[in-house]
Amino acid sequence: MAAQGAIASHNGLRKALPWLAPAYLWLTVAIFLPLSAMVFFSFMTDLPLSGKPWAFTLGNYAAFFSQSLYLTLLLASLRLGLEVTLWCIIIGYPAAYVLAKVLKGRSREAIFLLVILPFWSNGLVRIFSWAMVLREGGILDTALNAVLPFKINIDLMYSYPAVIIGLVHSYVPYMVLTCYLTLQAIDDSLIEAGRSLGASRLQVLKRVIIPLSMPGLVAGAALIFVPVVGSFMEPRILGGRTGTFYGTVIEDQFVAVFNWPLGAALSFILLAVVLVILAVASPVLKRAN
Amino acid sequence: MMITRILEWFGRLYIFMLLAFLYLPIIIMALMSFNVSPFYQLPFEWTTDWYASLWQNDQLISATWNSLEIAVIATIICVVLGTAASLALFRYEFRGKKLLQALLFPPIAIPWLITGTAMLIFFFGVGIGRGLFAILLGHVALALPYVIVVVSARLQTFAPELEEAARSLGANQWQVTNRVTLPWIMPGVIAGGLFAFAVSFDQFVVSYFLSTPGQTTLPVEIYAAIRKGFTPEINAVSTIIIVVSMALMLLTARFFKFGGEK
Repeated sequence: MAAQGAIASHNGLRKALPWLAPAYLWLTVAIFLPLSAMVFFSFMTDLPLSGKPWAFTLGNYAAFFSQSLYLTLLLASLRLGLEVTLWCIIIGYPAAYVLAKVLKGRSREAIFLLVILPFWSNGLVRIFSWAMVLREGGILDTALNAVLPFKINIDLMYSYPAVIIGLVHSYVPYMVLTCYLTLQAIDDSLIEAGRSLGASRLQVLKRVIIPLSMPGLVAGAALIFVPVVGSFMEPRILGGRTGTFYGTVIEDQFVAVFNWPLGAALSFILLAVVLVILAVASPVLKRAN
Repeated sequence: MMITRILEWFGRLYIFMLLAFLYLPIIIMALMSFNVSPFYQLPFEWTTDWYASLWQNDQLISATWNSLEIAVIATIICVVLGTAASLALFRYEFRGKKLLQALLFPPIAIPWLITGTAMLIFFFGVGIGRGLFAILLGHVALALPYVIVVVSARLQTFAPELEEAARSLGANQWQVTNRVTLPWIMPGVIAGGLFAFAVSFDQFVVSYFLSTPGQTTLPVEIYAAIRKGFTPEINAVSTIIIVVSMALMLLTARFFKFGGEK
């Protein structure tokens, strides 16, 4: 039996390979090779396919560093990511707390499902639904004017706040989900112990609850920040002319300007930034395990 | 005690405000898809005209079929390849297993804008080009890691001794898998499949970069329509999509506990 076990472990890879190969080959062809190709293309002057002459160049990266526009837009996207993440924490964390520690039983289960449900519906369609609410003569405008005695014009459409609202709406369920999972794991007796030893509610929150739920907060923040920095559809629909961000510039290189090598370089720079951010966040996540 | 009560009451109120924030725009969109005025004017007058005219819109109909076909095929491929890979990762010990498991996260963590543009470049470079086949290739790659993660999570609850017992009773490898392991992990496999369907059916970014004017999916078609100008037909089709994907998610939740309580 023991010998058999040793052989099994020795042959593990050979036995596992036929089962693993199809899945990992697919991932290689559709994810890992494309990402490598993108790096390769970012060092070219032109696409080698169109028959045009091409050469290796650092010009695409030089463009990023020489034209302040790209750096400005990248910073604007990072700021957008930061603001959306902060709003999601402010709105999502208390909700996760109520779900995990106040509600009980079936009502908790049902409300939890209701909170994460919209998250799994089409993001594009949800962003579009805000357009109807926010524009002048839209629902928000009409509703407020019906209630208020004086006339005000609410036209948030095509503005920075509209982009923030749409993105927070899209991503806040992530924060509720990750924070709920860590908050739920905190033993109630720890909170009671803190209280009975004379700590105020605020002290218990600061010294016990927030530190213990930190992994959920960081995971949620990473899950929100990364896609928001690369968002382009939301700023386009809700931001209009004010909605030019780093993501929309990358989109333009591929669908409007057709400067793919520059688009590849810009994408790769974004990927590098994202990887650095994930690397910074990962120790906090590892400590949780 | 009194303060605790008040705080709990505030907490409940807060949750309902959050739910209102999450659902109001969706509900308004659904209502407006039944409103006569194409400019969302009130008072509200009931009509189903927009849904009727949806049936006349050939472009939207064919894009919907494309979306459904791709989602179904991608789901089948993902479930088969993903379950096989999960079983291998569960059963065998070998060097590099940790690395293979870690490789599942880049497709989930990297923004779709980057993955999508990279696919566009690569598929063009190797001659696959754009179109429905390229979209299918991409969707499977995006959904596969989710399926492997979900099925592997279910496998964690499986006792390997059951396989041993079946084997010692004379079952061969195929019988063990079919009669013992698969029935146990079936809820995970179904949840993974529903996940894969949702990822593919709702996917916009990657499809957007890989589609051509004739070969496109529903979300891409909707995006084009939104940018051309609002029409209530988009409300109608959006409402249908939201209802379908939420129903799918409810179904998934029945098969798979997300709260991790069980």
